[in-house]
Amino acid sequence: MSPAGWTRRQQLERALAAGALVLVAVWPATGFSSYWTHQILIETFVFGIIASSLIFLSAYGGMVSLAQTALGGIAGIVLGNLATHGGPGGTSKGLHLGWNPTLALVAALVLTTAIGLLGGAVASRSAGIYFLMITLTYSVIATYTLGQVTKISGFSGIGGINRYTPGWIGDVLAHPNRLYYVAFAVTLAVYALIRYIVRTPFGLTLQGIRDEPIRMSSLGYHVPLHRTLAFGFAAFLAALGGVLYAWWSGQVAPGDVDLPQTINLLVMAVIGGLVRIEGAWIGAFVFILMQTYITSNTHIPLLGFGGTLFGGSFNTIVGIIFLLIVLVSPDGLMGIWRRLFETRYLARWKRQAPAAEPAR
Amino acid sequence: MLLAFAVVAFALAYVLFIATIPPLSGGGSWRTTTFGSAVHDPSSFLKIVLDSITFAAALFIVASGFALIFGLMRVVNMAHGSFYLLAGYIAYEIQQAMTGQGFSLQSSDVNTWEWLVPLVVAAPCIAVIGLVTQQAFLRWNQGQELRQALITIAISVIVADQIIAHFPRNVSQGQRFGGNAVDLTWPGWTDRFVNLHVGGVQYSLARLVMLGIGVTVGVGLWLWLYRTKTGMVIRAGVDDEQMTQALGINIQRTFTIAFVVGSALAALGATVWASQSNITSGQDGVWLLNSLVVVIVGGMGSIFGAAAGAILFAFVSNFGASYLPTSGTDCCTQYSSILTFVLIALVLAFRPRGLFGRDA
Repeated sequence: MSPAGWTRRQQLERALAAGALVLVAVWPATGFSSYWTHQILIETFVFGIIASSLIFLSAYGGMVSLAQTALGGIAGIVLGNLATHGGPGGTSKGLHLGWNPTLALVAALVLTTAIGLLGGAVASRSAGIYFLMITLTYSVIATYTLGQVTKISGFSGIGGINRYTPGWIGDVLAHPNRLYYVAFAVTLAVYALIRYIVRTPFGLTLQGIRDEPIRMSSLGYHVPLHRTLAFGFAAFLAALGGVLYAWWSGQVAPGDVDLPQTINLLVMAVIGGLVRIEGAWIGAFVFILMQTYITSNTHIPLLGFGGTLFGGSFNTIVGIIFLLIVLVSPDGLMGIWRRLFETRYLARWKRQAPAAEPAR
Repeated sequence: MLLAFAVVAFALAYVLFIATIPPLSGGGSWRTTTFGSAVHDPSSFLKIVLDSITFAAALFIVASGFALIFGLMRVVNMAHGSFYLLAGYIAYEIQQAMTGQGFSLQSSDVNTWEWLVPLVVAAPCIAVIGLVTQQAFLRWNQGQELRQALITIAISVIVADQIIAHFPRNVSQGQRFGGNAVDLTWPGWTDRFVNLHVGGVQYSLARLVMLGIGVTVGVGLWLWLYRTKTGMVIRAGVDDEQMTQALGINIQRTFTIAFVVGSALAALGATVWASQSNITSGQDGVWLLNSLVVVIVGGMGSIFGAAAGAILFAFVSNFGASYLPTSGTDCCTQYSSILTFVLIALVLAFRPRGLFGRDA
């Protein structure tokens, strides 16, 4: 379809998206702020990828999973165990198998996807709120297991992973821009992959199951199998994010997958909106900006509170923002954006549009 | 099916007959455990059974509140763990204020009132917080399960952060605030061991009192739910909310009662377990997980389910920690949290709604 055939909202969205992509693509070259390049934007890519797996499950499968952070962390731990070397100058924890990093990367993705398929199979006869509860227990169990099993991780986790990246990335600290573009490319690929998957027969069946599981079951579709596969696919996406996180931060510890981190990811997804994939990166970006710039010394001009609210830390503010978003707009920023186009002022534009937008 | 029975049968046989104590020379095989099998070391076995049953009593008190709320209103109260934690700290502050002994409080300095009054004050405090949560945030979202779960997650984030900022207040030495570990103290008369006259086992009276409280709560809940009019309405509401409403029953009032009682049970459980163990920030996640596992295993909306889930979970976690092989330094007791996953997987494979659960 040509741009003329798009609705006004689509035109605006695509123009904004193209602008944002160009800006992000040339950002490191502009040299404005290397802090933004190497911290905020890479972090946005990484957590956006993990959050997109959560939103994929929620928007197209009707399953809200709280296990995505844990799956990402598992991928990071597997990578750390396989790729790092021990001995003098090596990392202190882990198995130090010293595999080829590319091989370790593939193994981490495969193993995490397999764990996802197993966990998905156990939870596959549940959906909605039950699924949320079961996946939350996965997440907590993963945290305890990683914390207790000193052989593979232990409480302090594995460090120094950033020195054992594949040759085409190189040492992350020496070449941070390469990781930036890798994370950017993976982000684009994940987005394209999800958009593709949901248009395949599998994706359409999954959406049918989301809306009418009993009807789909009586039509002969294997409902638990589809849910299991969807969860496995989401585990793969989370593993991609987890591997990038391990390379970027250099270390993975049980503290990266504990309950507060799990909830942080959920907050990102909810801020973006659990209904559209784009929301994952928008939510991650907004969350990371808040996390970075709301400190105990910050004074927000109009609101006035300085970082600490009722003596609490950043988490109190996150909790309150999260609460407000859920109360005001349960479908997050993407929902607010959608409703902007349904107000009276913009109704005129909608009437001029050739056809109603197709349902997602 | 066969595999599941094989796993359970092997676990039983292992604990009863196969396990042996470690040889004096060190080392060991897959049969080596800390205590040896039930046949060889019956008094240790009996102690672990009692530990499991008494822990199950505490689990039941907390989780029955969670199950009551979930069964009736389909609200997954993710703030249940935070309520538990807050109740523990409130009870601790009151006990400290009453005894004025400071941090290292001896059991002999505490009389029965100085244990009961903190309990009697903490429970209504949490009940009021539950009431406010339900009336202000959950009531007008009735039926939107995911949104309610997200709201309670937001509340749990805020409450957990505020606890860290403000508790414990009353510490004679060491750091105030920061959610440091403190413990309540049982009254002095419970601080002794009882000879059970079975296998020469001496067992802590405090833990037996805990068991008694758990049984009392169970019987009380049963009488309330099955022998009173309010209980009848609640059970009707669990089965068919709309029909109950159509019969002219004010279901909103019933919801409020259930939420208040459920929150108060979290406070009761916190007071009991904080006296046995301790209370510290981070335990909100632990007890949320405990409640979730109990309810997932036992089934939603039934006190029998909560009791069965509590007993199974307590046995699996205690026996896992005591009877996994201990050959070498790294194997295998560290893996005990994975057994929780195995328990969930085994139950959900055959009963997707939990042991006593029914299709909603």
